[in-house]
Amino acid sequence: MIENRPGLDFLAHLVLILGVAIVALPVWIAFVASTHPPSAFVSGTIPMLPGPDLITNYSRMLGSGVSSSGTPPVSTMMMNSLIMALMIAIGKIAISMTSAFAIVYFRFPFRNLAFWCIFITMMLPVEVRIVPTFKVVADLGMLNSYWGLSVPLIASATATFLFRQVFLTIPDELTEAARIDGAGPMKFFRDILLPLSRTNMAALFVILFIYGWNQYLWPLLVTTSSDYYTIVAGIKRLADAVDGVPQWHLVMATAMLAMLPPVAVVIGMQRLFVKGLVDTEK
Amino acid sequence: MASITLENVGKVYTGGTRAVGGVNIDIADGEFIVLVGPSGCGKSTLLRMVAGLESISEGEVKIGNRVVNNIEPADRDIAMVFQNYALYPHMSVRQNLAYGLKNRNTPKPEIEKRVAEAAEILQIGPYLDRKPRALSGGQRQRVAMGRAIVREPAAFLFDEPLSNLDAKLRVTMRLEIKELQKRLGTTSLYVTHDQLEAMTLADRLVVLSAGQIEQIGTPLEVYRKPASTFVAGFIGSPAMNLIDAKAVPHLPGTAHAGTIGIRPEDLSVAADGPIEISVTAVEELGAQRLVHGHTQGERVTVALPSDSELSDNLRLAYRPGALHLFHRETGKRID
Amino acid sequence: MKRTAFTNQLLPWLLLAPQLIITFVFFLWPAAQAIRQSFLREDAFGISTQFVGLANFKALTGSAQYLNSLQVTAIFAICVTVLSMGVALLMAVAVDRMIRSTSIYTTLLVWPYAVAPAVAGILWWFIFNPTIGILPYLLEMVGYDWNHMTSKSDAMILVVIASAWKQISYNFLFFVAGLQSIPASLREAAAIDGAGPVRRFFDITFPLLSPTTFFLLVVNIVYAMFDTFSVIDATTEGGPAQATNILVYKVYFDGFVGQNMGSSAAQSVVLMLIVIVLTVVQFRYVEKKVAY
Repeated sequence: MIENRPGLDFLAHLVLILGVAIVALPVWIAFVASTHPPSAFVSGTIPMLPGPDLITNYSRMLGSGVSSSGTPPVSTMMMNSLIMALMIAIGKIAISMTSAFAIVYFRFPFRNLAFWCIFITMMLPVEVRIVPTFKVVADLGMLNSYWGLSVPLIASATATFLFRQVFLTIPDELTEAARIDGAGPMKFFRDILLPLSRTNMAALFVILFIYGWNQYLWPLLVTTSSDYYTIVAGIKRLADAVDGVPQWHLVMATAMLAMLPPVAVVIGMQRLFVKGLVDTEK
Repeated sequence: MASITLENVGKVYTGGTRAVGGVNIDIADGEFIVLVGPSGCGKSTLLRMVAGLESISEGEVKIGNRVVNNIEPADRDIAMVFQNYALYPHMSVRQNLAYGLKNRNTPKPEIEKRVAEAAEILQIGPYLDRKPRALSGGQRQRVAMGRAIVREPAAFLFDEPLSNLDAKLRVTMRLEIKELQKRLGTTSLYVTHDQLEAMTLADRLVVLSAGQIEQIGTPLEVYRKPASTFVAGFIGSPAMNLIDAKAVPHLPGTAHAGTIGIRPEDLSVAADGPIEISVTAVEELGAQRLVHGHTQGERVTVALPSDSELSDNLRLAYRPGALHLFHRETGKRID
Repeated sequence: MKRTAFTNQLLPWLLLAPQLIITFVFFLWPAAQAIRQSFLREDAFGISTQFVGLANFKALTGSAQYLNSLQVTAIFAICVTVLSMGVALLMAVAVDRMIRSTSIYTTLLVWPYAVAPAVAGILWWFIFNPTIGILPYLLEMVGYDWNHMTSKSDAMILVVIASAWKQISYNFLFFVAGLQSIPASLREAAAIDGAGPVRRFFDITFPLLSPTTFFLLVVNIVYAMFDTFSVIDATTEGGPAQATNILVYKVYFDGFVGQNMGSSAAQSVVLMLIVIVLTVVQFRYVEKKVAY
């Protein structure tokens, strides 16, 4: 630092600690609420310290759930979310890599047209074309299926651009050496491109896993059978529960469980996560 | 092993730009040919056409007795060493060497045997299980050559393989390549822009300029009898003095020439010398000194012994038979 | 573009096929449908449709509800952007002063990125719950009677806070990266020129940070306009009295709940135009990123 000003350093720490506290506050309160019996919410305000029912509440939600809300046990919803998130992340990476490979390493008629078709998806977020997209999926009989949950979301211009960028930085000589070494296009893809893009794939996977796990509107629309409810969309159904009085301790336990996997991924793989964010935004 | 023949080879890019035209070269089996010229002269394009990395727009390339114009690089039975080595960064040295053999379904024991041999020849045995990034520039260069050797191809193609090395290492590796090629006897085509590298390595030189062959010959032929002003200026260091004949009309036997060439090392100080220069700068090289000056507006450089006397004006004489005469318009040699 | 290309003609199409098929079936076709729909009007029973030209769009410009939604969206987007970027910048500047504790603070600040907007909405919904929530309890002590079920402004504040909270971590990461890319020598030179810390921030740091700021501005507006659908749906559902009915929510509501296909499609088309403009602006920025 330029000069040593203990006052400023102190202020900086204060700002940060305050920031961390504000950022953590809602989650702390949710956690506290998820450890109390329902009686704790009858009498005025929420308690600020954890209660005795942590195991009771969580095992109830994971085990049987709240049948009156029409939602399945949280463990089922988490499994559905996991399947959806993995299908979206892996699917996006797979089709983006092959498209980027085709665009960068081949010359063929209408190459630019194909590129623009992919590019345009950037301008069509699902929220904007929700009604007709829903109709297509319904007509294809994909409602209430894992395919319906994931496939319409896996086309991605961002991921294609990312891999295009990665491939463009791989020296031409490597391709030429591989050709002289007798590697055809698919062998080159498997033996050279895939291993060289491993870190980018991992970083992108982290971002896409979070993206997939956190989907809300789409699962809400395409799942009417509770067998396919995902946890993020399921919370809303739980909060809207019967009698209009949400069972807050159970809703918050579900919210905690809904946050756990993606937050764990971000904290556990912080470096890949940051790389993924920066990569996809350039 | 095989000979390589280029017949009237040319390269025209889409859009009509001509990079190379009318190139004829016969490379004998086991011969070491160096393509040399300034950047942009088409030497790399020519090499890449032989490799199959660039399509051949005109003429024919034969390796052995087979026309290879439409044959994939992998099936041309050649191996190539690249300027930036092009080692696969995620594979160990061993995997790098074996990759081409593996793709050709060579049996495992055979691959191991050949990798071991190549490692022995190039002294890279201790590094076989390292990744390329853990190697120095010289070691990477050896691995790149190893990758060519294990294939036991009909021909080696080198694309400026030494230009990423520092000056000292370049001299060592140059010698190693020469010795290796003699030992293996593999036909080699080598591209460089460095005339010294070209002179020292080549059995025969091919000097290129603007996509055309200027001259083909052994290093000494090219040095002694440059076919044009371009070759005269390009081969040899310090470069040959090229003087407009009008500036020195009194030199005997030069009446019909447009340009007169004299190598700096063929000039010496002599009180009655026919050329007088006024000195502008002196470069000390240790063993000799280079004296730069001009006469009648033409630049002249002389290589003199380092103990020679200096003054502002020098009279110079040249060795008998050391004058090279070139045609005024075409720049071609006049004999 | 690569110097060398493989020569196969069929293979690239096979490689592109999955992406192109999905793009066509789930993106281009529905988008085309939305555009077609926007020129049609269905009768009340959905039996017959007729071409009505720009009537759906004209109806939008005359609709008080739609104009209200536009206004709500603008206020919402501006508030979310300013709040989340402001807080993030403050913390990024604070972290930039740190030498050893940077990574600890970063870890503690980035994780909300992973929280689903819907979940973020539920969390704040709970905190602001008028009967048992902690914040209304505190507000009551200073004499404010919080109720986002009835007060329009309370509802807006709720969704703004919930949406901004989640976005802070993203902005923080990019601000920190932006700050770190400013050469220390510039701030040192300013210090030697006699500028104090505050002056240095406004004269040197902030102007040099402008590419990052501009980029985040676009990203945050896009986020507030489109990705916050689930925050709204999980909390206020557009209410009370349309106070938080942002454009994307209205498209969904009119299309799915109101079954007003023509109007919903026209709104979709307007949104597409907005996204196109924002995307173009963003790409312009990428090209000019080298400005500093």
